[in-house]
Amino acid sequence: MDQSRFIAKHVVNLPKSGIRDFFDIVAKMKDAISLGVGEPDFDTPWHIREAGIYALEKGKTHYTSNLGLLELRRAICKYVEKNFSASYVPENEVIITVGVSEGLDLACRALINPGDKVMYHQPCYVSYSPSITLAHGIPVPVPTFAKDNFALTVEALRAAWQPGCKVLMLNLPCNPTGGTCDRAQIEAIAKFAVEKDLIVLSDEIYSELTFEGVHTSIASLPGMKERVIFLHGFSKAFAMTGWRIGYACGPAALIEAMMKVHQYSMLCASIISQEAAIEALVRGEDGMKKMRDQYHRRRDFIVRRFNEIGLKCHLPRGSFYAFPDVSMTGMNEKDFAISLLQTEKVAIVPGTAFGENGRGFCRACFATSYEQLVEAATRIERHVAAVAGKK
Amino acid sequence: MNPLVELLLDGGSLSTAQMAQVLKLSEAELNSQLEALKKEGVLLGFRPVLNLSNEETGVVRAVIEVRITPERGGGFNRLAERISRFDEVESCYLMSGGYDLLVFVNGASLQRVAAFVSEKLSTIEGVLSTATHFMLRAYKEHGFMLGGKVVESERLKVSP
Ligand SMILES: Cc1ncc(COP(=O)(O)O)c(C=O)c1O
Repeated sequence: MDQSRFIAKHVVNLPKSGIRDFFDIVAKMKDAISLGVGEPDFDTPWHIREAGIYALEKGKTHYTSNLGLLELRRAICKYVEKNFSASYVPENEVIITVGVSEGLDLACRALINPGDKVMYHQPCYVSYSPSITLAHGIPVPVPTFAKDNFALTVEALRAAWQPGCKVLMLNLPCNPTGGTCDRAQIEAIAKFAVEKDLIVLSDEIYSELTFEGVHTSIASLPGMKERVIFLHGFSKAFAMTGWRIGYACGPAALIEAMMKVHQYSMLCASIISQEAAIEALVRGEDGMKKMRDQYHRRRDFIVRRFNEIGLKCHLPRGSFYAFPDVSMTGMNEKDFAISLLQTEKVAIVPGTAFGENGRGFCRACFATSYEQLVEAATRIERHVAAVAGKK
Repeated sequence: MNPLVELLLDGGSLSTAQMAQVLKLSEAELNSQLEALKKEGVLLGFRPVLNLSNEETGVVRAVIEVRITPERGGGFNRLAERISRFDEVESCYLMSGGYDLLVFVNGASLQRVAAFVSEKLSTIEGVLSTATHFMLRAYKEHGFMLGGKVVESERLKVSP
């Protein structure tokens, strides 16, 4: 029997993730060095893990309120106020989600009517376009460019805008490019959002991993709080990807709408992860900064090496991704990544896995040990010399 | 911080060739910087951290709390240095609290360590008392966990 006829059309039409394709190839390869991951190499700091164990020991095994533990929401409001200069009320302007992933999905489902258009900059995190499609919205990608260090510009926004655009999704610093915007650029984006009456979803999951300058949250700009949903989580900064915990802050009416979707779909995030998240916020800052400093040094190394090798690479101001241009090899990004994997056993991800605008680029995650990075750079150098020589 | 010192702390077990790559130096330049650090007395040496049982190493380790009389002019330093010079002494620290020096010693057997304490350490003029604790088992050494097998953390090879 052909079951596929039962599958909803908008799901059938979702493209398969480029990451999955690549994962299948890499999984078969023994002892490859992988710069293909999207998460820290550190395990969660022990004091945070220990808080999770303690929670279990204390019998914290029940549902929490739909919005999440009030103590965690209070800690979040303090943290967001201190680090992002945006103030929210713990009682009704914060919701705890199962990672930023769920936060994104909730926001899309709560905001998008069928046919509403959603702008997002691209290359971008793999879920953005599918999340919009699954909520029956229409994705409107806005390109970012290497010449701007992959910052989102108002010119690009203006060029991509069309009637019917309702939502603007931001991810600064950005996965996969590491690009971000300075305060002036964010102010210009905010002005554009007001002019076009857009509601802004700001995924700031990499904000702690900003290496130069200060991170500016669009939620902190005057008058913006009312039209911004601030999405954040613990996965990257606190090395907590497996805990599946994040949060959204925003105007009470919008959080209430997201809560409705959340209560009927997820009910609440894991209480164990919520308890651990409190520990991360209250006592995790030093450990987080230590990890950030290590990423910072690894970034400086790998970006310098890419440029020495001849793969032009901008200096990513945030995140743990380098996004080198591989076009000088004479190969497209996919062929390059596959040949690198097959001949030198180094995995990087073709930029087109993150959208059309990633053409010619590859993503290399530098959240890995120095030994691996140094060795990977040596192998990439050898491979580039071999293929560029043949060209 | 000196970038090389930072890398020594952070880069774990990089070879000198790899360190040279990270710091954008030739290997010769890197070696001369290492030499300079040694001359300045910053880099004293490298030691492996090994996970060997007491039977394998044939070493008995103990921690000794030592109370000493401070001296006019020199405080604890002269005596502390004198004690530190014994080969048996691995590390020696001046402490706040109920005793003055915490001395880590090792020896080929329990008897050797005991003899060191009774014949050498406690007979030094100015040593008031000692309390010796033998170590039974190590769980963590210089930041490395010792127990059990090394479990590779199961990070997916490719993730979004
Ligand atoms: C930009 C971006 N947003 C969201 C996520 C998902 O984060 P979480 O683990 O909080 O669901 C990721 C993970 O890679 C990401 O890169």
